[in-house]
Amino acid sequence: MSDMKVLVIEDDVAAASYMVRGLEESGHVASVAHDGRDGLMLAASQSFDVLVIDRMLPGLDGLGVIRTLRATGNRTPVLVLSALGNVDDRVEGLKVGGDDYLVKPYAFSELLARLEALTRRGQPNAAEAPTTQLRYSDLSMDLLGRRVERRGKRIDLQPREFRLLEVLLRHPEQVLTRTMLLEKVWDYRFDPQTNIIDVHISRLRQKIDRDFEPPLIQTVRGSGYALRIPDQTA
Amino acid sequence: MERQTEETIEAELTGLREQYRDLGIFGLRRIIAQRGAEEEQLASIYLLTNRLGEPIAGNLLTWPTDVETVSNRIRFSLDDPDRSGTRRYLGRSVELDQGYLLVARDIEDKLRTQALLVNAIALGSGLMLVFGVIGGFVMSRWMLTRIESINRATGQIMAGDLGRRIAVDGSGDEFDELAANLNAMLERIERLLAGMREVTDNIAHDLRTPLTRLRSRLEVALMKDIDPSSTRQLLEETAADAEGLIATFNALMNIARAEAGEQRASWELVDLGELAQDIFDLYEPLAEERDMRLALESTAGIKVAGNRQMLAQALANLIDNAIKYTPEGGRIALSVAQTREQARRIARLTVTDNGPGIPVELRGKALERFVRLEPERHTPGNGLGLSLVSAVAKLHDARLELADNNPGLRVSLVFERPVDTAPPGG
Repeated sequence: MSDMKVLVIEDDVAAASYMVRGLEESGHVASVAHDGRDGLMLAASQSFDVLVIDRMLPGLDGLGVIRTLRATGNRTPVLVLSALGNVDDRVEGLKVGGDDYLVKPYAFSELLARLEALTRRGQPNAAEAPTTQLRYSDLSMDLLGRRVERRGKRIDLQPREFRLLEVLLRHPEQVLTRTMLLEKVWDYRFDPQTNIIDVHISRLRQKIDRDFEPPLIQTVRGSGYALRIPDQTA
Repeated sequence: MERQTEETIEAELTGLREQYRDLGIFGLRRIIAQRGAEEEQLASIYLLTNRLGEPIAGNLLTWPTDVETVSNRIRFSLDDPDRSGTRRYLGRSVELDQGYLLVARDIEDKLRTQALLVNAIALGSGLMLVFGVIGGFVMSRWMLTRIESINRATGQIMAGDLGRRIAVDGSGDEFDELAANLNAMLERIERLLAGMREVTDNIAHDLRTPLTRLRSRLEVALMKDIDPSSTRQLLEETAADAEGLIATFNALMNIARAEAGEQRASWELVDLGELAQDIFDLYEPLAEERDMRLALESTAGIKVAGNRQMLAQALANLIDNAIKYTPEGGRIALSVAQTREQARRIARLTVTDNGPGIPVELRGKALERFVRLEPERHTPGNGLGLSLVSAVAKLHDARLELADNNPGLRVSLVFERPVDTAPPGG
């Protein structure tokens, strides 16, 4: 997995340093700013792959930083971190130009997966590209004809399975957490008490991976799932 | 009032002077004699004299005495035997080449009317002033008393007597309305405070235990040297504890948010049929894996105003519970229907199962937070599932009904005010 250059703007020094260590452990490069003005200066003067901006910051608040960046034409993806979890707060965060919104307390694996998803957006096969064909390894999906084939053999999928596979194919070799899948496939944001997503994945595996080698849908322990050829990365 | 009289006199004099110019002293004498003779009650006075002041013609025998001259007007009084008493006149005299001419009018009646009017106005104003002052004093005393009683009540409330209310005297006036509104506000604040207190109590209740566990685990571990392998296990267990704490915390926050009703700004029209279909799709594979049958029966076009995410979470919790508490091979049904109840349209979102159900006497308790009806706590969960459903129901003005499914449980969310978008008879 290619490394990301991340700027973390977070006033809680301890939280910021854990985040930086976690990002570095995962092979990424991270810089930190502890208030809005410093963060804005860093973000404007250097180029980053993604910004993590806490919503409540001293000096200039997080939404102000994003607004200023967007007003000056800076389009770097932004993940908004917030202690506020209202629907309204989330909508507000996305409206000023945030690309994703994560409510504290979050799991680090969730943060990492979301950052990776954000940085892949601008690349080929990316989430919002207007494409009719998605492909990974020997698996292909025709979005117009609603057809899925693996190694030239047609696979019949239920509508939800199709949508689930489509999301995986749009984020190849990236970890998608259970909440991300619930968001992207079903458009719901809540904590299901049971692991319903696992059951959907296992159904999809039955059809995609059971009769073929190698298995493409990988479980990433403690995080979620990824579409990935097993021996490619650890 | 006098001006009108003056103007008439002025006009008459102008006319008479013209006559004098045209017809000479004799012509004027004739006219004055004639006019004077026409006056029976001396309402108008006409007098023409020679240069010596001796009368030539008119209805007055001598030039009036005690004449008061103001600019070019004159005032005088005459005794009038016919009309018993003195009468006041306003007039004007002019000097002619050959004598003097006087024209005057009786203004006694006018003056009397005026005096009467002035008196009446003075008396009226006086009375008004007196009554106004007294009335104002009484009114303001009364208002002050009522404001004072409101002040006293708010003072006591501020001092901590939150149950106190402002007296409403039933008169229905503005003060009553103000008092009623203040009381309603206090009611709402008290309810919110009670809700908050309950939330904090509950947070304290359910977070204390796992927090204690977490701390004890770490403290005991620190008592002795730890080898690397047990360090890893310790950290994993601690992380799991933290995760459980966060899940409980999030569930509590969701309930608190639903209860505070703060998200109404982002409400939308939610199609209950679509919502049910989504949640059905989401849970159907899980049910199948547990060897249960999950059925869906819904009518299209039944919509309610609400928060889609919260409604989805509530419905998910109901299905989750049904799957959790129904033994393998169970049957769970999800349905959306529009019915009539006392001539009103209602929408009903129902989840039924054929599990053990909840005994009637425990149904109220089941909605309370952290209550898990099986004491052994085999089943995973934090006991907040139904509380959230209950809070979400309240937020949407929906009724949460727990009933017998013979056997099993039937849980319904009953929306009293579905939005009318369904086709007739739908």
